[in-house]
Amino acid sequence: MGSSATTTPDVAVEVEALTVRYGELVAVDAVSFVARRGDVTAVLGPNGAGKTSTIEVCEGYRHASGGSVRILGLDPGRDQRRLSERMGVMLQEGGVYPSVRVLDAVRHYAALAGKGADPVALVERVGLTGRSRASWRRLSGGEKQRLSLALALAARPDVAFLDEPTSGVDVNGRDTIRAIIRDLAADGCAVVLATHELDEAERVADRAVIFDGGKVIADGTLAELRSGHDEIRFRSSPDLDLVELAAAIGMAARRIGADEYVIDAPPHPRLMAELAGWLADQGHPLDDVRGGAQRLEDVFRRLTAGGAVDRDDGASAGAGRG
Amino acid sequence: MNRLLVQLKMEVVLIVRNGEQLLLTLVIPVLLLVFFSLVDVLPTDTKDPVDFLAPGILALAVMSTAMVSLGIGTGFERTYHVLKRLATTPLGRPRLIAAKIIAVVTVELLQFAVLIPVAYAVGWRPGAPNWAAAAGAVIVGTLAFAGIGLTMAGRLRGEINLAAQNGLYLVLLLLGGMVIPFAKLPGPIRAVAHALPSGALADVLRAALAHQGTHPTSSWLVLAAWAVVAPVVAAMLFRWD
Repeated sequence: MGSSATTTPDVAVEVEALTVRYGELVAVDAVSFVARRGDVTAVLGPNGAGKTSTIEVCEGYRHASGGSVRILGLDPGRDQRRLSERMGVMLQEGGVYPSVRVLDAVRHYAALAGKGADPVALVERVGLTGRSRASWRRLSGGEKQRLSLALALAARPDVAFLDEPTSGVDVNGRDTIRAIIRDLAADGCAVVLATHELDEAERVADRAVIFDGGKVIADGTLAELRSGHDEIRFRSSPDLDLVELAAAIGMAARRIGADEYVIDAPPHPRLMAELAGWLADQGHPLDDVRGGAQRLEDVFRRLTAGGAVDRDDGASAGAGRG
Repeated sequence: MNRLLVQLKMEVVLIVRNGEQLLLTLVIPVLLLVFFSLVDVLPTDTKDPVDFLAPGILALAVMSTAMVSLGIGTGFERTYHVLKRLATTPLGRPRLIAAKIIAVVTVELLQFAVLIPVAYAVGWRPGAPNWAAAAGAVIVGTLAFAGIGLTMAGRLRGEINLAAQNGLYLVLLLLGGMVIPFAKLPGPIRAVAHALPSGALADVLRAALAHQGTHPTSSWLVLAAWAVVAPVVAAMLFRWD
């Protein structure tokens, strides 16, 4: 898997058997994945799953305890200086002098990057023109995230590591950030997006690498990760007789909330009609019906539930490495 | 623009924008120098109190910039992950450290440019000062105090570091022979005071500027020891985030 990635020119990030230890604690355990130019690769997982440690090794900020990492063909530990000239970094929080104004902060990072990025245009791109004279400490949480993204863009990066970029950002701000991320990828940048917000990854990512307990438990395109796991979700009365329902439609239904149910099957029109007909006959409502591939959140729950990780799943087996 | 100059410009802007740091590095030393030179209440044992105070206040200026100002600023930069982010830019850690050193020296020169004329204005007449020895003492003292400040900044969280640096500043001010002579301190405290970098720097500066011909060897040794040990400890203990 790793050797094929090495020979593929569009691979920007290549992580092979990476291990990070903090004393006795193994935070990242023999993790392997790749990220390509022009793709948004989401690194997903709960807090403490090993995402940030992995990203920090990729940035050259932290040393690996084992394995290898190549970013744009460079070793981030030994070639950090050369890599930093082609890399944009957005930290999970902070990273900006609190007393420095928005435009001055962007000017500073643009000058450090030395790529000729226009600070005024960057501030406008992230929607902070009206706040360009405000200091970082006076910005809202969402504005701070947008400024942090502008600092990453100041490097005109070939590879960008964005840690929780939409955390605490309002709806409009999220739209702005998503558009910028998509534009970055469209320009050929390899965007690596670390987040625990699965909905966000679903909206913007091309691929996902799912971490749990320091290991990669799935890796592939979103379609690959969700394939073979179609379902029908609906809301109805809390007291549905699931045995009778199963007998009527020929499929078992599960209760996943007080009045929410799931049938693990594709949303075939005949099945949908039988479900609607049975509910109508029994005098139950039918609300909030949704059919199709599982959401990423459901994929994540399925993969991490009780250790029932399906390592032979088509998506996790090799979709991301080849 | 050269990245070192870019960062140096930012460091200077941060100092100028930070009113508390200007208070610490400039206003307090000037006030202490003027007030206690004009109001003779300190037991300086000199004909004119400014003769004792001026070298001590210059030592205080070095301590306030190299230890407190640098330490507090760096501590907050660590807490706010600024150091972490800068480490991933083409600036690199060596140029970041160099920019901070140059910024400290720049502020010290500004302090001396203000304090020395003020001292002359309130009657300081150092006679035949050995400015070369004084400059050497300032450099060695800067290393010592920067090492102490960065050791604390590299380990303590922002607000705790702020309180600790200010607390240490007050202790060293009172025990450091800057405004109160060692001879006036109680015996055990006097022994401790002689071993402190503040006391050693004030002693060396006073010898260079006020008592031409004397060589406080023990104070030089104390100051040199701090200037070696403190930066090494800072480098060993410093955490970038």
